[in-house]
Amino acid sequence: MPNDNEILVRAGDLRKSYGEHEAVRGVDFEIRRGEAFGFLGANGAGKSTTMRMIGCVSQPTGGELEVFGRDPHTQGAEIRARLGVVPQDNTLDGMLTVFENLVVYAGYFGIKKKVAKAKAAELLEFVQLSSRAKDQVNELSGGMQRRLAIARSLINEPELVILDEPTTGLDPQARHLVWERLFQLKQRGVSILLTTHYMDEAEQLCDRLVVMDEGRIIASGSPRELIDTHVTKEVVELRFGPAHTTELAELALTLNGIGAQIEALPDKILVYTNDADDTNAALEARDIRPTSTLARRATLEDVFLRLTGRALVEDEA
Amino acid sequence: MSVIAYGAARASLKSSGALLNRNWVAMRRAWILVISGAVESLLFLFAFGFGVGALVGDITLPDGTTVSYTAYVAPAILANAAMMGVLAETSINVFAKFKWMKVYDGILATPLRPWDVALGEVWWALIRGGTYIGAFVVVMGLFGLLDSWWSLLAVPACVFIALAFAGIGLTLATVFRDWPDFDWMNAVVFAMFLFGGTFTPVEAYPAFAQPIVYIMPLYHGIELVRGLSLGQLGPMMLVHVAYLMALCVTGMWIAQKRLAKALYK
Repeated sequence: MPNDNEILVRAGDLRKSYGEHEAVRGVDFEIRRGEAFGFLGANGAGKSTTMRMIGCVSQPTGGELEVFGRDPHTQGAEIRARLGVVPQDNTLDGMLTVFENLVVYAGYFGIKKKVAKAKAAELLEFVQLSSRAKDQVNELSGGMQRRLAIARSLINEPELVILDEPTTGLDPQARHLVWERLFQLKQRGVSILLTTHYMDEAEQLCDRLVVMDEGRIIASGSPRELIDTHVTKEVVELRFGPAHTTELAELALTLNGIGAQIEALPDKILVYTNDADDTNAALEARDIRPTSTLARRATLEDVFLRLTGRALVEDEA
Repeated sequence: MSVIAYGAARASLKSSGALLNRNWVAMRRAWILVISGAVESLLFLFAFGFGVGALVGDITLPDGTTVSYTAYVAPAILANAAMMGVLAETSINVFAKFKWMKVYDGILATPLRPWDVALGEVWWALIRGGTYIGAFVVVMGLFGLLDSWWSLLAVPACVFIALAFAGIGLTLATVFRDWPDFDWMNAVVFAMFLFGGTFTPVEAYPAFAQPIVYIMPLYHGIELVRGLSLGQLGPMMLVHVAYLMALCVTGMWIAQKRLAKALYK
């Protein structure tokens, strides 16, 4: 085992620009061995670019980056040998079968064929694709392809697995299956780094996460810490019949002084509060009557909303 | 900014071998495609060598020796076969893997580097081109077109052609934007086949056209193979070899640079 038992990835003022466009504008973070670390943010926030830099397939244009204590500039291949990568678009080999995808990929890591075959069979079992071993990749559903990509990323027994939006575009059942597998990996002590724009995903899987917006990290901590630091305990969601956007913004003004903060969304108003009952009482006192009221615990989504002032767009553009 | 440093400017036999293995696994279900490529060149040999050759009979070369036209054309068609097999493998297939199937996107996330990919594709093209060459030489021998023991050297000579066009094909695969670009390639390839000294000695062309022929990679390949299979050796052969090798190395260098630029962005 390597001695650097603590920090696997260290970034300092890490930057990446494409011409005029600055995709990543100076981010700092450390990822430790054994933890599940998440990058949360909307599309275009710079998550994938950061992942690609860590995966040594994209060259930083500024700042510092160390992976396994090595420099991606000069030791990219050595670093990649110890990483497992699940890119957003899977990049499976469409000319090969499911089983061949794993065995051939193992070859890129210099793994002997006999070992590779045993490992491939074991991993297919792990992602529940054993019965599809001889199928062509494009015969698989989206969820199966993603699971195969996850199996492939584990073929070299990586010290760190990087997953870029592992469940984007999957149906709910497929998402849960992926989560379950990632959770098992975590239990086994594999370090995981993932990006997501799903709050529930981040809350379920990540020990620690950073919230990215427009190329910067705007908050970091455990999911619980983020919620405690940035939002109130509870949130009351108010809907006013068909009223939306502008009308809601106007309505929001009449709520002034209720709760800790008011956020008008296109379809509802959120009242951040530490006591939902108090808030409801205050609303009644002002004779404000929403068509529906929902009191719930604050989530990461609320953190993101408060920090950026806008909702996360849930699906790919 | 050095993209090369990122890809580490060295290729290893083991890593490029892993890519070779990938191509082997992917192709072993599609051997019919490989065989069809060899058949095409044999058809050319029958059509031009035996059809036209029967009408032309013997021809006198610029140095005064007389050979049958079939024996004159056969090495050129062999050279052409070596070119075509390799060019199809590197240009069209690599383009498809690069732009369409995104095969290299996955590969470059592993310890493999762009140089490994370039080298692996060249190995593979050599193997595929080699099967064409081997089949063709056997047929030439069966029809008594190999005049001397020198002609066995036509096989390694074809390897130089294959190397050159592997380099060229890789470059085209990484430079081309879309399929219509391949029409241009095919036009140039066909022009080389017709005018690269396949059917007539270059000396028969008008003076202004000769320099254009000298630039054509296929011309150097044809001269090399023909000289060996007719047992006519000369110092110019070293020039042909050097030219072909230069194309190979330059082509691979450009290709790995383009791969790195496209995929390590």
